[in-house]
Amino acid sequence: MRFALPPVDLDGPPPLLRMRALWHRYGDVPTLKGIFLDVRAGEVLAIVGENGAGKSTLLRIMGGIERPCSGKLEIQDGAGGMRDADFRGVRDAERAGIALVHQELNLAENLDVAGNIFLGREPSRFGFLDRATMHAEARTWLATVGLHVDPATPCGTLPIAHRQLVEIAKALSAKARVLVLDEPTSSLSAREKDRLLAILRELRDRGTAVVFVSHHLDEVMRVADRVVVLRDGEKTGDMPRAGIDRAMVERLMVGRYLETASARAPRTDAPIRLRADAVVTPHHRRRAASLQVRAGEIVGLAGLVGAGRTELLESIAGVVPHGGRVSVDGAELGGNVADRTRRGVALVPEDRARHGIFAPDPVSTNVSLAWIGAGRRDAGAGRAGSPDDQPLLRRIDGAGERATVRRVIEQVQLRPDDPSRPVATLSGGNQQKTVLGRWIAIAPAVLLLDEPTRGVDVGARAEIHREVRRLADAGTAVLFASSELEEVLLLADRVLVMHDGGIAGELSVQEATEEAIMHLATGGAA
Amino acid sequence: MKKNLGILGLLVAVCVVAALFGDNFLTGYNLQNLTQRTALFAILALGASLVIATGGIDLSIGSVVCLAGIATPWLLVERGWSPWAAIPAVLAASAAIGLFHGLLVTRLRLQPFLVTLCGLLLYRGIARWMTGDQSQGFQGEFDAVRSIALAKFPIGLEAYRLPATVIPLVVLSTLIAVFLHRTVAGRWLLATGRNEAAARYSGIPTARLVTGAYVACSLIAGIGGMLFIFDIGSAQPSDFGNFYELYAIAAAVLGGCSLRGGEASVVGVVLGAATLQVLRTAIILLGLSSQLEFAVIGAVLLVGVSADELVRRHHARRREQP
Repeated sequence: MRFALPPVDLDGPPPLLRMRALWHRYGDVPTLKGIFLDVRAGEVLAIVGENGAGKSTLLRIMGGIERPCSGKLEIQDGAGGMRDADFRGVRDAERAGIALVHQELNLAENLDVAGNIFLGREPSRFGFLDRATMHAEARTWLATVGLHVDPATPCGTLPIAHRQLVEIAKALSAKARVLVLDEPTSSLSAREKDRLLAILRELRDRGTAVVFVSHHLDEVMRVADRVVVLRDGEKTGDMPRAGIDRAMVERLMVGRYLETASARAPRTDAPIRLRADAVVTPHHRRRAASLQVRAGEIVGLAGLVGAGRTELLESIAGVVPHGGRVSVDGAELGGNVADRTRRGVALVPEDRARHGIFAPDPVSTNVSLAWIGAGRRDAGAGRAGSPDDQPLLRRIDGAGERATVRRVIEQVQLRPDDPSRPVATLSGGNQQKTVLGRWIAIAPAVLLLDEPTRGVDVGARAEIHREVRRLADAGTAVLFASSELEEVLLLADRVLVMHDGGIAGELSVQEATEEAIMHLATGGAA
Repeated sequence: MKKNLGILGLLVAVCVVAALFGDNFLTGYNLQNLTQRTALFAILALGASLVIATGGIDLSIGSVVCLAGIATPWLLVERGWSPWAAIPAVLAASAAIGLFHGLLVTRLRLQPFLVTLCGLLLYRGIARWMTGDQSQGFQGEFDAVRSIALAKFPIGLEAYRLPATVIPLVVLSTLIAVFLHRTVAGRWLLATGRNEAAARYSGIPTARLVTGAYVACSLIAGIGGMLFIFDIGSAQPSDFGNFYELYAIAAAVLGGCSLRGGEASVVGVVLGAATLQVLRTAIILLGLSSQLEFAVIGAVLLVGVSADELVRRHHARRREQP
């Protein structure tokens, strides 16, 4: 259940417009489910949401085009109190000081700019049509929105950005205290958009309340003072811009983080953290694999099933014996997986049920498993530990352990976030987060992931990718194997293609198309 | 703690039945005896629980009890060693036996059941051969050494004095409880028992921990063997310690250790050992044929383990329903 609590603002002045428990339906389909929203003077309020979230309906109710099925709309009266408003049409809304600028502009193309600005209000304001006054008035309103065109210009000849400004000038001329804009920038060029946003800010500074709907989160983040998020007709967020980031808004919009391929700066100057020289795995004795991963780099291993990706990762981790050399930060690694883990090499295995989780045990001991033995290594993110560290009989720091478990659970957004819950009862994605969380707790020097999001839903996948990137940003060298091209392209800074136990070639993310990977994976020349 | 309530309830129930129907159960002498036997068997069970926690089993405990218990008076009396040499030697040999088991299990990857079954045969055979199958005893000497098992402390009760064997029991219980739940190695030992492969993939030195568990188990069995022989004074190599491994394993399982590994409760194991000893006493006091002893223990064990499994499934099902 998501609840949008009514905003209670006892200190500030009353809002210009207040919506209380607005419900709206199209037929049987509810489009708004009890929206509470205040619009205050001198703020730019952005309303965001996916298609069908109810944004336009809300705007149309504000503009008097639609009427809510239930709930109340209140507007500020002259005395500073609130009174009920029952808009039966656009006129009522305009009289109350609310002007709606439509997405599809509604200018009469045959009329000139001044005629459009005062359309429908000419007689009532002037008694008779006074062209000269009308043009003079229009000029001042046009100056307010920064548009310097002759009021006698026919609107049909104006570019779309100018028509938009004319619409805004029209709204202002109607003494609008609340300016409501539906997708005002959707058809504007970048420069025109900048100008419009600047004008909206100016209007706000003069005390107008600006409400706008936008699909472009970058402009929302630039101009909005407050962001309201709608999802499925409910308000899922209402936050001042200062306290939010883009990813958070996206999550509130769709209920999860949307993932985009990260524009990470390729780390070409960072020191080489992981080096594998001529590593020969048990199943591919004839071919050796060599590779390097720099600190902060995320390298993807692509290839066909049986190409030796899992064997290579398990060799580097020390789970299986191998030929050749593996070194971290220039120091060669010997011995078994336990020694290598102490040196900061961590593996998220492919088969999480068999090799990853301790199913009947609670989340807490699953997550803290490596941390309790990590000694002082956890102090420095991504630094290799001392192999001489012998923590076995050391007492566990219980408070530190609980704090670490809480921190990891929160960071990976484990659901449910109950540390005492047996891992067996979690979904696949959350089980995988538990395994990853075990290593997040110690920030390893090298993180190896084998099919990190197999059997994991898209939401959890994006969250897992985000955590992997976060580790890399802290200096961890990441090497992951994935059979999904999409995952390779989303996550990797660089792609290595394996064939028959060896590295068949290297591709940048730009070069890594399905064809290019297949060519190398099937033994084609690099 | 909650999971110990079951075994605590069983212990109380067995005690109540024994007290109601057996005339001499609540006498100081009987309770003092019970305490002594419980302490001795609980020590063995604690060692067994460490190996069981790794998912293994040690069937050789009774034979190690025999070898260590027989070797102690044999070295002291027949060979004329000083206690300062004999006791460390016996303990070192016990630990070496455990190391041998551990290496066979972790390096050669032999099954614990097989390794320790062979040990069961091996060490009794060695004990019988070493002593020429002759009864070994202290012949009235070494009372100072034996006092660790024989001393009884008055605690203000008329007919009941506290046996000194509770001292090694309390020390050992505390050490193991702290080890299992408060140290890195203990936590990792339980994780290894839970999922050996996942533990290895997570960088846990599983081989060292498992080997350590076998060393601890055999060392504790050696200590137990010494305490037993100090208590009874003399014993036959052919039957001393027979089936003690089964009492130890039964106590551990009754106390909540899963033979699948990954679980251990020191308090539960001690309560389990006590339950078994009360049962044995009750059989005699209630006038049942002593030949029924194993049958009764087997039946109680089966009922206890079945009830535990049913409760566990019930909880699992409730967990799944939101």
